[in-house]
Amino acid sequence: MSDAPETGYYGRPIVKEAPWAAAEIAGYLFLGGLAGASSVLAAGADLTGRPALARPLKRTAFGAITVSLVALVHDLGRPARFLNMLRVFKPTSPMSVGVWLLSAYAPAAGAAAASEATGILPAVGRAATAGAALLGPAVASYTGVLLSDTAVPAWHDGHREMPYVFVGSAATAAAGTGLVAAPLDENAPARRLAAIGAVAELAAAEVMKRRMGMVAEPYSRGRAGVLMHAGEALTLLGAGGALALGRRSRLGAVASGAALLAASAFTRFGIFEAGRQSARDPRYVVEPQRARRAGGEPSGFPPAGAG
Amino acid sequence: MSPDGDLVLSLVGGGEPALDSGYEDPPPRKGFFTDTSLCIGCKACEVACKEWNEVPADGGLDFLGLSMDNTGGLGADTWRHVAFIEQRKPLNGAEANLIHSDRDPNGDFRWLMSSDVCKHCTHAACLDVCPTGALFRTEFGTVVVQADVCNGCGYCVPACPYGVIDKREEDGRVFKCTLCYDRLGEGMDPACAKACPTNSIQYGELDELRERADARVAHLRATGVADARLYGRDPGDGVGGDGAFFLLLDEPEVYGLPPDPVVTTRDLPQMWRSAAVAGVALLGGIAAATFAGGR
Repeated sequence: MSDAPETGYYGRPIVKEAPWAAAEIAGYLFLGGLAGASSVLAAGADLTGRPALARPLKRTAFGAITVSLVALVHDLGRPARFLNMLRVFKPTSPMSVGVWLLSAYAPAAGAAAASEATGILPAVGRAATAGAALLGPAVASYTGVLLSDTAVPAWHDGHREMPYVFVGSAATAAAGTGLVAAPLDENAPARRLAAIGAVAELAAAEVMKRRMGMVAEPYSRGRAGVLMHAGEALTLLGAGGALALGRRSRLGAVASGAALLAASAFTRFGIFEAGRQSARDPRYVVEPQRARRAGGEPSGFPPAGAG
Repeated sequence: MSPDGDLVLSLVGGGEPALDSGYEDPPPRKGFFTDTSLCIGCKACEVACKEWNEVPADGGLDFLGLSMDNTGGLGADTWRHVAFIEQRKPLNGAEANLIHSDRDPNGDFRWLMSSDVCKHCTHAACLDVCPTGALFRTEFGTVVVQADVCNGCGYCVPACPYGVIDKREEDGRVFKCTLCYDRLGEGMDPACAKACPTNSIQYGELDELRERADARVAHLRATGVADARLYGRDPGDGVGGDGAFFLLLDEPEVYGLPPDPVVTTRDLPQMWRSAAVAGVALLGGIAAATFAGGR
């Protein structure tokens, strides 16, 4: 009945949730960011003579991107057809861009890690390290576009800030790896990156939520709210711990690093879940669209030939 | 042209989807005009669609218990969906399809029925985001999934602003209305339009359907149906107009339709700019962390 409390058609969803497994796709958002930022930090560690920081970061980058690729293929409805994504290149599809990006990045990350571990072909290893470091930021940031380029309200409406949230989260994850794995006399870049990444991520997320208005509600409600709040708390704890203890105490550095890694994972799963929650409730589709229309904001395209 | 001019062009185009997709001299754009004021909720369209396209059953006998509608919405196994809305609204007997009864002499109670379908958008998000090219634009300006190419990545599913396309879990691939692409090639009408007993579903050349719809909505309004409106008819809307558009008797959201959808890829140039700046910022942040300050 029309006087029922539900929005729209019996309160049923208007847009559809992504048919993606959280463990695989939210997991990839975390691991892809971890890999991309780790490659950059590893290159910096190489350049400043910190081999004990560079080595674990290169291994982490390769390991994380390998697990990511397996998860991404496994999440396909027809995994045997994953190569179909290499038959076209479409800049209108962030997933297509991402596939080509990973096709270049993963071998570079692998060569960098393999050369480091074996000592074979050091020149190739250096080139691969540099290549992975240049592609890494793209791997870390494009996933923000991947989520935002959908009709899912809590993802799309954050499209301006989402890549910043994601690189911030990637930076804290790489910093966490450095803090966990590197000795105290080489972990200075990880400590500083922990602080930079934490500030960037939390600030970007705050700006994003403010701009989104009521569509930001899922980020603080239900399962997504729990995950996001856990991510925020662990980010502050990990970054604070890195600054306070990371220079003196190995135990403190490891604990802070673990907190940062967990924080990044919680944040990615939280954002993933917030999108799901927003897709399930038609209010998040209907109310902003009605408000936009009432405000006279143009939704449409310029007429043909005007562009 | 701006640096992302090509991208913008591929996203926006000139509003003639077949021409914009590279067809030379395509046939006129085809579409549906679904006039919900004529729908009697018989679901012949749902049945005809399933029969012709060999669409599987929607699982078991699930009764939603909400109305005469037990399908709920469009999906991988429902390419036409008839919505039933039971509504109590002061209309003062203005509408032709109202249920008049002794208890409701003013016709305050009405049933709205509407056969929903894929909109075959001028700017189709599903097609834009598909990473395999499985979704393509036909010469008729419609949007179709090539089942032998789709790898079930599922990206089109959350991209659709109408929640139309979906993944068939047991199959792994995505499915939706093809506007009976196989029938169109033979000069036949789509199965749902053919089966519709009241002409609520009208198939034809989009330009002609738009004229017909304009006349119909003007007629309804002139006879006192003030809420009659066209939905998806405007080529200037957020998806560049729908290839399958509707005449509705209430707000779109009442039928489970988004009130003012925008194709997500309209904002994609902005997203790529954000991602590029964020990537450079990450590089800069890590450089600062590495090279600034002591050991």
